Amino acid sequence: MKEIKQTSRKQKWSSWIPDIIMAVVLLIVAIIMLYPLLYEIFVSFSDSLQFVLHRGILLKPAGFSTLAYSIVLNAEEIWTGFKNTLFVEFFGLIFNLTLTSFGAYFLTRKNVLWKKPINIMIIVTMYFSGGLIPTYLAVRNYGLNNTMWALIIPSAMSTYNLILLRSYFSTIPDSLAESVMMDGGGHFTILLRIFIPLSKPGMMVMLLYYAVGHWNSWFSAHIYLRDVTKAPLQLVLRNMFEEGSTSLLRLVNNYSNFDSLQETVKAAMMVVSTLPILCLYPFLQKYFEGGMMIGSLKE
Amino acid sequence: MKKDKQQPINWQRVVAKDFHRNKMLYLMVLPVVAFYILFSYVPMAGVIIAFKEYKPMLGIWKSPWASQYGLSSFITFFSGPFFVRILKNTLIISIYSIIFSFPAPVILALVLNEIRFKKCKRVVQTVSYMPHFISLVVVCGMVRQFCLSDGLFNQMFGMFGIQTNNSWLQIPGAFRTIYVGTDIWQSAGWNSIIYLAAIAGVDHQLYEAAEIDGAGRWKKLLHITFPTIRPTIILLLIMQVGKTMNVGYEKILLLYNSTIYDTADVISTYVYRKGLLDFDYSYSTAVNLFNSIINFVLVITANKISAKVSETSLF
Repeated sequence: MKEIKQTSRKQKWSSWIPDIIMAVVLLIVAIIMLYPLLYEIFVSFSDSLQFVLHRGILLKPAGFSTLAYSIVLNAEEIWTGFKNTLFVEFFGLIFNLTLTSFGAYFLTRKNVLWKKPINIMIIVTMYFSGGLIPTYLAVRNYGLNNTMWALIIPSAMSTYNLILLRSYFSTIPDSLAESVMMDGGGHFTILLRIFIPLSKPGMMVMLLYYAVGHWNSWFSAHIYLRDVTKAPLQLVLRNMFEEGSTSLLRLVNNYSNFDSLQETVKAAMMVVSTLPILCLYPFLQKYFEGGMMIGSLKE
Repeated sequence: MKKDKQQPINWQRVVAKDFHRNKMLYLMVLPVVAFYILFSYVPMAGVIIAFKEYKPMLGIWKSPWASQYGLSSFITFFSGPFFVRILKNTLIISIYSIIFSFPAPVILALVLNEIRFKKCKRVVQTVSYMPHFISLVVVCGMVRQFCLSDGLFNQMFGMFGIQTNNSWLQIPGAFRTIYVGTDIWQSAGWNSIIYLAAIAGVDHQLYEAAEIDGAGRWKKLLHITFPTIRPTIILLLIMQVGKTMNVGYEKILLLYNSTIYDTADVISTYVYRKGLLDFDYSYSTAVNLFNSIINFVLVITANKISAKVSETSLF
């Protein structure tokens, strides 16, 4: 061991050449990955007329203007969108975390007769589904159509997350549950006092997976909601980004340069809507990475 | 002695006893089971409308069976003009994804593992995961902007002396490249985590032993690192093949327009248009069912092949 370490310390500088090449390549890759995001930030702060005239890529905003942001932050649709998304986040997460932890807890119990059939029933849904129209018709039959609950209840849990949380729960020794039982505690007590506190990283992964999922989802809102006032943020954005969007035009048509302004306003919307995710990013990175690792070990 | 008599198991009693003992557990799992029945199994049964002539007034069950032994929707689809187009587009986009998107995270993970500048590794990882968290609506909004005739792509080409003012999303030939390119951008970093996790599991003594035997970095990569992630690669490849027919339709819906249907329209987007825009529920479900069947066959086949060739299988 010692010898190997010493020789590697004595290695010539030429042994670092592959690392340097790799570092350069990786940094170029990183710049390519980051640049589209930076570009939108630059565009959003640009003066729209200067931006339109600008040739070549942007390395800083073309001119400087916060007009796009003031338009976006004064747009009623955007605020309604934020409000609706928060509604979905709040009630969605309550459903998500309750159902997922109940399900995961159930699947880790022993000596339960119906565990296997229920487990099979859950796994089957990973491979088979009714598809778009039968699901749509079912949701509509339940009377969820055109309500916010259509965004919450049909996505109340994901099988992938259930299996992930189960693998967190299955690391908790049975003896702990038994000792609570001995003291006269029931399953709800065990779940609340033992399982959830002991698998905090697992619960964090669940919380973040579901929260980001709700934040970014637009398709179910698009198919189930008719009222524009109920649209969550992503659907509002999608309607703004459509070609020749009238809702976007309505925001900018008081300005003489409304044509060029549309691009900077769109960029500002992207930045504003992504900001909450970027603020969470350090947590996301930490916990999601852990979740991916556990998930991959399970496979 | 009594047990030898092979008493028949009294199932009723076993079930009752189990229910009595695990009452609270069943109460807990009840909403979960209800969820799966309502939102997975009821729709699965609803697939029956593919064989019916759906009438909104009558509902799924009372609608009459379709003509031609219930297969009229399928016959219309197979003999229609769009069958070949959407099947071809779906397959080509999937194959492109397997060729180009699939290896990207493997290569990234291997390079990240190999590099000895830890700070550089950390920075690149942090940056490369970021696109994964950005919503599809925003990503596609960006792509639409970049593809405009005075957008970023043309500006970049201009810097290299190529003057173009194409509006790239109007050009059928460019769509697949745009689709796969943005896919790599959004998911390569994130998907590399699985491979990095697999690499982290390598026993370090293997590397030390190889060093003593005089193996260089390339040899170690080829004979130790790569073989350890091979099962992971194969598993993910099976899953990818299983998704062949499920091209990311949300992304295509956000990007495409009728001028590029020739290359961009896939089975799932066609299902969406026929079902939710033209309200042809039975036909749309029939197309979707055809899609699911092919998909199922593909997963099973891929799984069988890999079980034979490499002893790695999904189930």
